[in-house]
Amino acid sequence: MLAEGLRKRFDENWALDGFDLAVPAGTVCGLLGPNGAGKTTAVRILATLLRLDGGRAEVAGHDVAREAPAVRRQVALNGQQSTVDDVLTGKENLVMWGRLYHLSKRQAEARADELLEQFGLTDAADKRAKQYSGGMRRRLDLASSFIMRPSVLFLDEPTTGLDPRNRGEVWREVKRVVAEGTTVLLTTQYLDEADQLADQIVVLDTGRVAAQGTPDQLKSKLGGDRIEVVVRDADELPVVADVLGPDAEVDPDAFRVSAAVADRVAALTRVTSALAAKGVEAEDIALRRPTLDEVFLAITGHKAVSEVRA
Amino acid sequence: MRYAVVDSWIVAKRDLIHWVREPVRVFANLAYPVISVLIFGLVFGSAMNVFGGGDYIEFLLPGMFGQTIAFGVGSTLMMVSMDADRGVTDRFRASPMSQTGVVAGRSIADLVNSSLELLVLALCGLVIGWSFHDGPLNALLAFALLLWLRFALVWVGIYIGLLVKPEAAQASWMFLFPLTMFANTFVSPELMPGWLRVVAEWNPLSSTVAAARELFGNPGVGGDSWAAQNSLLLAVLWPAVFVAIFWPLSVLKYRNLSR
Repeated sequence: MLAEGLRKRFDENWALDGFDLAVPAGTVCGLLGPNGAGKTTAVRILATLLRLDGGRAEVAGHDVAREAPAVRRQVALNGQQSTVDDVLTGKENLVMWGRLYHLSKRQAEARADELLEQFGLTDAADKRAKQYSGGMRRRLDLASSFIMRPSVLFLDEPTTGLDPRNRGEVWREVKRVVAEGTTVLLTTQYLDEADQLADQIVVLDTGRVAAQGTPDQLKSKLGGDRIEVVVRDADELPVVADVLGPDAEVDPDAFRVSAAVADRVAALTRVTSALAAKGVEAEDIALRRPTLDEVFLAITGHKAVSEVRA
Repeated sequence: MRYAVVDSWIVAKRDLIHWVREPVRVFANLAYPVISVLIFGLVFGSAMNVFGGGDYIEFLLPGMFGQTIAFGVGSTLMMVSMDADRGVTDRFRASPMSQTGVVAGRSIADLVNSSLELLVLALCGLVIGWSFHDGPLNALLAFALLLWLRFALVWVGIYIGLLVKPEAAQASWMFLFPLTMFANTFVSPELMPGWLRVVAEWNPLSSTVAAARELFGNPGVGGDSWAAQNSLLLAVLWPAVFVAIFWPLSVLKYRNLSR
């Protein structure tokens, strides 16, 4: 998947303004950014749903503007909303899409059974989708994207609005299809999601690429996670600062000391036992990941502007 | 081409399954015209005059058929705007399916639904005293004209459905209701004040209803205006005009979703 200088205008606003992207086959690229950064616009252009106003893009070896039908045979799109039909059963949903992808009736049914099995929905195959849980619907939606074994999958905020367990289920399915060789372009507002799934992260800001790299590269750019220790007594602050190392920042008003850590849980264990050894009783110890806002602030130097159009 | 046929059947089947599985909706759809027939026919009926004489229930039924057909545009645009809103339309567009299939399927499903409504209304009418008097062939022709108007309205519904959100689509009833009343559906235009009479006479729905009355051999046919005297011709022409305008508009709108 390749994009060069993509531009797209809505009325007066450039939703994309010179967007570049290169995703090697069989990898996952996470498109990260606040609402209005142009994530969805980029996905819709690459999935041939929007015409571009400038630049060029190639998906699965075909130009999205000139060879849209060829692109459509190779890609699948999973949008923010679920396209699952509530009234149909899980299997009927899959058979319908299979037929619309021009499989014969028998092929469509066989493929539906296969996918239900793969996505762990066999038991619910003949239940109406209305009775499915949020995670099951999402999985059914994903399954319907895989009918044609697409070489490229677009996932537009696949876990927005799902609880942690259901998010985990969706992540597992995404990892599975990637292992089978599918290229995935994923948009998300969640840093941990990109962290879990993506080989490469691209941060979008007002229609341009603000930063890109592997999750680790981006994190080190930001200083990664922080550990925060709160104590009861101001006298203990220097002791804690000593434990946390030379980068420790002391906030005497809040009785808080914080420092960047690279290895999360190991750091937590180390700090807890070191404090116990020194006889310091902490009021609170917490590990905190940088929020998307902080990432964004660090990378672009300004706060995320929410635009009307996502 | 073969796929256009297969795809439209698949899309139509989806809607038909909806109706079968959600009988409450079908019932609500059918209940309104049936209740209206009873209210207008049996409650108001005795106080109603048919211009030129004749039984009011005989006059009313073709009007009810017409109103049901016109209301159909509301359900078309509701379904279209809901599909667009939920991203189903995007999925259709990003798939290799025939794009004609999407709209053709919509037409098939809507025509089947409207035929069913007409059938129930007709049976209800037969029970309370309506009948056709010019033979089954003319009666079938009348129903064909009604469905021809329905087909034309599918395109109006698709165009508007792509234009508005489902919330707005729901409000379409507010416009449809008066549009079906400023016509010859319930009262002869001859009994209306001058300006409204012109509106009612030239209302496309009036042409189809008048043509149906003529073909069923029901009272209330004819009038002074050219529109009233040429209702059969207009019942063919008006829908053709709608199709000629809204078919290309819908296709254009559908393509411009990628703007």
